[in-house]
Amino acid sequence: MLTIGDKTFESRLFTGTGKFANQQLMLDAITASGSQLATLAMKRVDFKTGGDELLTPLVDSGVNLLPNTSGARNANEAVFAARLSKEMLGTNWVKLEIHPDPKYLMPDPVETFLAAKQLCEEGFIVLPYVHADPVLCHRLEEVGCSAVMPLASPIGTNQGLDTETFLKIIIEQAQVPVVVDAGIGAPSDACKAMELGADAVLVNTAIATASDPVAMAKCFADAVVTGRQAFEAGVAQTSVAANHTSPLTQFLFEK
Amino acid sequence: MNFSDVFRSIEPDKLKLELYSKTERDVRKALVNPQGNIDALIALLSPAATPFIEQMAQLSASLTRQRFGANLALYLPLYVSNLCANECDYCGFTMSNKIKRKTLNQTELQQEIDIIKAKGFDHVLLVSGEHETKVGIDYFEAIFAQVKSAFSHVAIEVQPLKQDEYARLNDHGLDAVMIYQETYQQRTYARHHTRGKKQDFSYRLDTPDRIARAGVDKIGLGVLLGLDDWRLDALLMGHHLAYLEQKYWRTKYSISLPRLRPCTGGITPKSEISDLGLVQLICAFRLFNQQLEISLSTRETPELRDNLLGLGVTNLSAESSTEPGGYANPQSQLDQFEISDDRSTQEIVQVMKAKGFQPVWKDWEAAW
Repeated sequence: MLTIGDKTFESRLFTGTGKFANQQLMLDAITASGSQLATLAMKRVDFKTGGDELLTPLVDSGVNLLPNTSGARNANEAVFAARLSKEMLGTNWVKLEIHPDPKYLMPDPVETFLAAKQLCEEGFIVLPYVHADPVLCHRLEEVGCSAVMPLASPIGTNQGLDTETFLKIIIEQAQVPVVVDAGIGAPSDACKAMELGADAVLVNTAIATASDPVAMAKCFADAVVTGRQAFEAGVAQTSVAANHTSPLTQFLFEK
Repeated sequence: MNFSDVFRSIEPDKLKLELYSKTERDVRKALVNPQGNIDALIALLSPAATPFIEQMAQLSASLTRQRFGANLALYLPLYVSNLCANECDYCGFTMSNKIKRKTLNQTELQQEIDIIKAKGFDHVLLVSGEHETKVGIDYFEAIFAQVKSAFSHVAIEVQPLKQDEYARLNDHGLDAVMIYQETYQQRTYARHHTRGKKQDFSYRLDTPDRIARAGVDKIGLGVLLGLDDWRLDALLMGHHLAYLEQKYWRTKYSISLPRLRPCTGGITPKSEISDLGLVQLICAFRLFNQQLEISLSTRETPELRDNLLGLGVTNLSAESSTEPGGYANPQSQLDQFEISDDRSTQEIVQVMKAKGFQPVWKDWEAAW
């Protein structure tokens, strides 16, 4: 079981809702993944007319929604988006996402920190999407973030755990849950992140753009379970030299 | 420094020679590492790339899918005026054309807005002829709040403005500006623009610099395919895009690839681009720039548009009218050019869904 803020999750696989060919496929994939938390881009929700075609089926499905501030280019815009989502969706959870760079969509560490501080002070459950920067994760934790979401590689690229070295440091140091977000491309990447000790992973593009998104969602679900079990079982250390399972010098100590 | 300073150092004749001397070997090399690589773009736009169209299309489709998913954004042009103080021999709005002239007042504008909203659109492109005195910044500023209150994303395609004028509109929530150079070949440009402010090639060329400095979120570039050698025009636009992306890294970019269409009193294309050529262009730009938005207008036929879905385009217009007031009062012969796809929005949406794409009506929150 994983606890973040005021919620407890049995599944450690979080999903996204973007890039699917249609709403039904999105819902079927989320169901197959077993995910209990799905991110939703606030910029896609139609607040003007109500009865939003993206939001309504998600609410009806019962999955917890994690509104994200994708599209925000600075702290002010992100804070506004978070307040809007709280008012419209009735949740104080927010995935804080600020990327002023439209090419690689790199999260802005300065603006993210400023917005996180403000939103935590306002009582939001803040999950910031950040580069795999251990110091920044410390700082975000200090201002009250409920989890940190470092990227594995650039968002939407399916390149896997390019930031593994830094993810290990973040996982080792964090006092809040670490959700590895962005760039996870294959179930093996998700499994590896969980083996490293991540508390959860968030996957969107790798599922939504797979040939069979529903089948792929199930594969990710299995991989996350296996990875977590391996972590809990204690993944054995690696070594450069061979370690014999039958020691050659045992006799010296058997007197 | 503006792009015109960079442009002066580019030798179009030399570039053209390079384009037409590329070989199959150059294209193979370009396909390995095309992103952000101008040398690769030259090869991919060259005649030597023709035998590789299928390979380029496969790559382009797959890159587009990864970056944008199965989403296709829908928008509609909203023509507010056909007044124009320029003489351009390819455009129905050209000053000397004896057509009825019209600028929408607020009541007429509201009628258009209501009809567009009823069709389901939330993104609009506000378009006008280029008449600085009668349809200038004061007019745009006066109507902007009315348009913005109805739509989440409002782009404009009007005459080049000054930086502070863009900034004024930006304060009112302007989301994007489309500014098409028409042709990057200066002698050709001079031949087609014979009167009015549009004659100033460099002022137009530097418009994206002014837009970016004014803090506008997105800039759309474009060339009118058919005025001159389309391969060279597209390549020069690629240079422009690369310059802008490097310098204004916070800005988003889109391109539009309109083919010259018949219009009242219009000319015939000098250099016609085939469907094959258009596909080559779309794919070459997708391979060159994976995050680029590529628009497809109703200038193209239904058959071609349906086949282009998923190949690289990201934004589509549907059921467009190119005349001011044309949604409320169609067929009043005020239009800028003829459209080729006159299917209803719902028909186009059905095709998109049948081909496995999700029509996206809203993908921006104006209030931010």
